[in-house]
Amino acid sequence: MEQLIEIKNLRVDFTLRSGTVRAVRDISLTINRGERLGIVGESGAGKSVLGFSIINLISKPGKITGGKIIFRGNDISKYSYEQMRKIRGNRIAMIFQDPMMTLNPVLTIGTQMKETILAHMKVSNKEAEKICLEKLRKVYIPSPEKRLSQYPHEFSGGMRQRIVIAISLLTNPNLIIADEPTTALDVTIQAEIMDLLLELCETENMGLILITHDLAVVSEVTQRIAVLYAGKVVELGSSKQIITNPQHPYTQGLIKALPQMAEGAKRLNQIPGMMPSLRDMPDGCPFAPRCAALLERCKHEIPTLKELESGTQVACFMREGVE
Amino acid sequence: MTAILEIQDVDKHFDISGSFLDQIKFADGKIGLQKTVVKAVNNVTLDIQPGETLSIVGESGCGKSTLARTVMGLYRPNKGKIIYRGDRIDQLSSAKMRPYRTKMQMVFQDPYASLNPRMTVKQTLEEPVRFHNPDLSRLEVRDKVADVMLQVGVDPVWASNYPHEFSGGQRQRISIARALVVDPEFIAADEPIAALDVSIQAQILNLLMDAQDQRGLTYLFISHDLSVVEHISNRVAVMYLGCVCELATSKELFGNPRHPYTQALLSAIPTLGGKKGGHIKLSGDVPTPINLPTGCVFNGRCPHANERCRQERPAQITLESGSIVACHGVEEDRI
Ligand SMILES: Nc1ncnc2c1ncn2[C@@H]1O[C@H](COP(=O)(O)OP(=O)(O)OP(=O)(O)O)[C@@H](O)[C@H]1O
Ligand SMILES: Nc1ncnc2c1ncn2[C@@H]1O[C@H](COP(=O)(O)OP(=O)(O)OP(=O)(O)O)[C@@H](O)[C@H]1O
Ligand SMILES: [Mg+2]
Ligand SMILES: [Mg+2]
Repeated sequence: MEQLIEIKNLRVDFTLRSGTVRAVRDISLTINRGERLGIVGESGAGKSVLGFSIINLISKPGKITGGKIIFRGNDISKYSYEQMRKIRGNRIAMIFQDPMMTLNPVLTIGTQMKETILAHMKVSNKEAEKICLEKLRKVYIPSPEKRLSQYPHEFSGGMRQRIVIAISLLTNPNLIIADEPTTALDVTIQAEIMDLLLELCETENMGLILITHDLAVVSEVTQRIAVLYAGKVVELGSSKQIITNPQHPYTQGLIKALPQMAEGAKRLNQIPGMMPSLRDMPDGCPFAPRCAALLERCKHEIPTLKELESGTQVACFMREGVE
Repeated sequence: MTAILEIQDVDKHFDISGSFLDQIKFADGKIGLQKTVVKAVNNVTLDIQPGETLSIVGESGCGKSTLARTVMGLYRPNKGKIIYRGDRIDQLSSAKMRPYRTKMQMVFQDPYASLNPRMTVKQTLEEPVRFHNPDLSRLEVRDKVADVMLQVGVDPVWASNYPHEFSGGQRQRISIARALVVDPEFIAADEPIAALDVSIQAQILNLLMDAQDQRGLTYLFISHDLSVVEHISNRVAVMYLGCVCELATSKELFGNPRHPYTQALLSAIPTLGGKKGGHIKLSGDVPTPINLPTGCVFNGRCPHANERCRQERPAQITLESGSIVACHGVEEDRI
């Protein structure tokens, strides 16, 4: 399969007065053309920072301090703002949790969409409008001709998010990064938007990085899942393997904590403790203080990802002896 | 069994017309005044039995929080009654309401906004105890607070810390501790886990269920996470545009949903390792509670709607299973 993007040993730090927050600590991932990857993990694990860093949207006090992001053969992590702007919105699009981060409240939908098209393509105004209508139809906005002259506040939350998706489609991107695109919406609207993203990935052969903490949603939409914990990928594998046969004690804990996994018991299975602060990490495995399967070496050494027979990669000393 | 709380035919409407000038409208060649009213809660009747968990579900803006706040006396209903253990409480002055304020507590959705940033954990927890039990000695107050902190897993060494020094999950525990510390009988919990991730969610839900077992608490629980609702509720009410469209035991509702909106809602729940698609697609736009549709409030998006549904508001009927449904189609046996 053709590789779309490769993230190699990426590091992102936030330098604060109170110390350095190592939000992304040596993450490597690849995504192939048309592939859908889910990123899950605890709040504060670094999911959004990872997503933002791919399109270089990290701003002070944050900085990419190491690693490479290879997109279509070029290391885009070193790109200038101007070079990046061409890629962003053209080849790689981002969808945020809040659609109003993308939409301008004082411009009509039509104006905003046309601006994007004209910035990236040499077409006439008429042709631009045709593209707008075509994309709005793709995201199932009814009577798009009328909708073009409306402002964002005249749409419901779900429709706004669909318009953001339509805007991200304008330039036929190769990759969409969606950061919690449905967290603020209802289950019925969430289901619609996920259906839509899935359909578009398949028909347009687009890659998708879906960031969420909802395991059920990623398991329905993505082919592979990366589990993040304290700025590191602790498990990476096919969605089916991760959900049915999780290897890392943290992934196992996450799945067991779901109400549908309580197996008739009233009490839910909780993971004890909290994720350590990214400011002062323990010496060994970041999950060690909460881990039930702790070994002596977990307290001093940091495990790295190792591939198991099933194809799943896991960073856990418990799993190393097994092979 | 007598209900601990009865909600009888309650309406809560908000007038958002603004100033006199904002209300002036020019229509049909005449100048007139036009009021804009949000009909957030409409004709809701519910009872809550002692010791049970009754959950409310429904899409964003359907009136869940407004109903909870009306029950708690934070809003006065425009119509109907709120009855707590036989006493009508919806028209009480704040002095007369005070004894009910200890018995009824609310946990708010946003643990960031609901804690006073300038009060330490200890102050946050001691204040309501002193307020509601003026004759307790300082030592008794301290012991009571320490007890509750232990119960909710808030380490007493945190007592002198401020809210911003805690994570979301810890803050939510402190809000729950604040509700428990006055020994309530009834707690309205409005999305207590919405801001939290799975592993912290399980901690908070266990905490709520343990407190219920130990203290015989009654919960009105609001959440948009339907698998959580299925797990912890005895009964579930489904709301749409301020109206209750179905009320059933958790088992009946999730096993055998009857109202078309409930069916659509449940079919949209993502399943772990499931396949995408296959959920019931609702056509039409979500109407606003400013212009309620005539007839059934759901008719514009309902795949089974007919002329009667567009004209006549359906009454609640009780089915053989005990479920209560407001739907002409169910009544006519065509759904
Ligand atoms: N602008 C910033 N300044 C300082 N620290 C930051 C900044 N942005 C992010 N961080 C830190 O980086 C870490 C990772 O944050 P990130 O937003 O990626 O988490 P997340 O996994 O997306 O969490 P959530 O599920 O809550 O969205 C956190 O510890 C956060 O405090
Ligand atoms: N104080 C208020 N003034 C005016 N309108 C209000 C007020 N509070 C709520 N509303 C409106 O009443 C309706 C119901 O709101 P409510 O907050 O009860 O919904 P909800 O079901 O809790 O939604 P969510 O799931 O998003 O929390 C909404 O249309 C809202 O805009
Ligand atoms: Mg995030
Ligand atoms: Mg609410």
